[in-house]
Amino acid sequence: MEALISIILGTLTACGVYLVLRFRTFPVVLGLTFLSYAANLFLLVMGRLTIGKPPVITDGITDYADPLPQALVLTAIVIGFAMTAFVIMLSLKAYAALGNDHVDGKHKL
Amino acid sequence: MMNHIVIAPVLLPLLVGTLLLLIRQQNLPFQRILSIASVAAQVVLAAVLLRTVSSEEILVYAVGNWPAPFGIILVADRLAAWMLMISALLAFCTLIYAVRKSDRIGQHFHVLFQLQLLGLNGAFLTGDLFNLFVFFEILLLASYSLLLHGGGRLRTKAGLHFVVINLVGSTLFLFAIGILYGTLGTLNMADLAVKVAASPNENVFLVRVAGFLLFGVFALKAALLPIYTWLPAAYAHTTAAVAALFAIMTKVGAYCILRVYTLIYGEQAGPAANLIEGWLLPLALATLIVGMIGVIASTRLRQQAAYLVVASIGSMLIAFGLNTNAGIVAGLYYLPHSTFAAAAFFLLADIIANRRGKINDKFDLGPIIADKRLLGVLFFMTAILIVGLPPFSGFIGKILILQAALTHSILPWIMSIILLTSLLGLIALARSGSLLFYRAQSMETVSHTPDASVTVKSDSVTVELIPVISLLLLCIALVIYAGPVTEFSLTIADQILQPAVYIRAVLGDGGIT
Repeated sequence: MEALISIILGTLTACGVYLVLRFRTFPVVLGLTFLSYAANLFLLVMGRLTIGKPPVITDGITDYADPLPQALVLTAIVIGFAMTAFVIMLSLKAYAALGNDHVDGKHKL
Repeated sequence: MMNHIVIAPVLLPLLVGTLLLLIRQQNLPFQRILSIASVAAQVVLAAVLLRTVSSEEILVYAVGNWPAPFGIILVADRLAAWMLMISALLAFCTLIYAVRKSDRIGQHFHVLFQLQLLGLNGAFLTGDLFNLFVFFEILLLASYSLLLHGGGRLRTKAGLHFVVINLVGSTLFLFAIGILYGTLGTLNMADLAVKVAASPNENVFLVRVAGFLLFGVFALKAALLPIYTWLPAAYAHTTAAVAALFAIMTKVGAYCILRVYTLIYGEQAGPAANLIEGWLLPLALATLIVGMIGVIASTRLRQQAAYLVVASIGSMLIAFGLNTNAGIVAGLYYLPHSTFAAAAFFLLADIIANRRGKINDKFDLGPIIADKRLLGVLFFMTAILIVGLPPFSGFIGKILILQAALTHSILPWIMSIILLTSLLGLIALARSGSLLFYRAQSMETVSHTPDASVTVKSDSVTVELIPVISLLLLCIALVIYAGPVTEFSLTIADQILQPAVYIRAVLGDGGIT
């Protein structure tokens, strides 16, 4: 399980970094979403991988799931959504204003 | 007994911003009055906070009355109050400038302005790392919109770069937070300080990695060397009032560097102590050099102003990077000076550019501008301020930095770089000044054309210059009250170099084990 999560995280981050370095805005936006998925997943598993454990303190139980990373990741997801929406609108605006979707607004690609 | 004034600088802009959203856009005069009143109230609040914390105590506000380290806390110590004061004063001056023109070229300017202040004040006050991330996002989202305010081709392009690079920065911030929570199980800064110092050997590497990731994020916000390239384009192409307000944005990064690397990764941090010592100083020196080269190479006045911001960040972080009491004092004195001076320069550049017709702020031979005497005097005053010639605050700031560096091992480097870059800055600004004012040709008088899309009735020049003059007066006040200000900076430095006091204030006596 740990290995699988690590591989997923690594792949997401690598894809994200590669796409962010592209020269068109659409891959860059995709790359940003990949990166934020990776960050969110990373934040979530920082509470350790547990299955079927209660998050609230109860008598007679020693193992717990950590609820805090879930709260953190919810916040991060909401912020990430807002930012993605903003950057999509901005790239559309840049496309309209600059006439092409190069991140530097160059006419010849 | 909690002191509710600590949360007031966060609540006030939030409430006013929301209220402004409800007011009809057509009712601009009322929006302006409300917005200015709110910022004036924030100046008063910051002054009250500054008075309260200048005695020994650190004010801690547990949001929702959840005790630290479980709940989120706001902490007002001297450093936070000092930053609040600077940002409130700067916001007041820039808002006065904005209400003449910039707030008319797009919608919701005042809402965004208040939200920007909400993010800034929150970032200065928070005592929780994740909460710092949230306030960062608030101030960034507001800044994205302010930056793009009014639209335009170049502005959109620069804005896109700014947004993308900051989003990548936010992702890194989240990774750092994840590592710290995963290894130490807390995000409260005071608690982190305790846990980092006591972290077992197998975790030290991860804790250090998180520390360096955070440094990367803060260096990005502060526009430190390898990642400063977003700044000149973004600042040079936005409206003057917004660029002037953004003079404080890079200082948020510097503030976070100072806070995190004295409190969490400071002297007492055990295996991760003095984490960025050896990195900050060389990077800051290089930033100063590159910033000043940019100042010389600029082809436009606004671009020059933006590179001056980069250079000033370099000088300030050199002071912080010395990692001594005297260095921090010098940096804390230099911080308000460079903020106000840079803001004044941006506003002045806009006023001058508007009088040069089509040439705008390009360094070409232009027409003789209207009100050239008054503007010329102010331009050279600002230039002297920024370059650091006597008798103004830049001079005192640089003297303090050089004095603090006297005992440092690489003193020759620091000394020569600071003095040489000052000389370069002097040459560059003298050149722009003579081009703008002395070598202007007496062509037919060019009509006063502000931002192409708006037609504004031209006010008298004195009204236009009020914000610039008040910013310069603030700098002069820094000279007149240099004694009290440095003494206060000394008490700030004393306080932040003793993390134990902060930790005890937040966690109670149980915090120190």
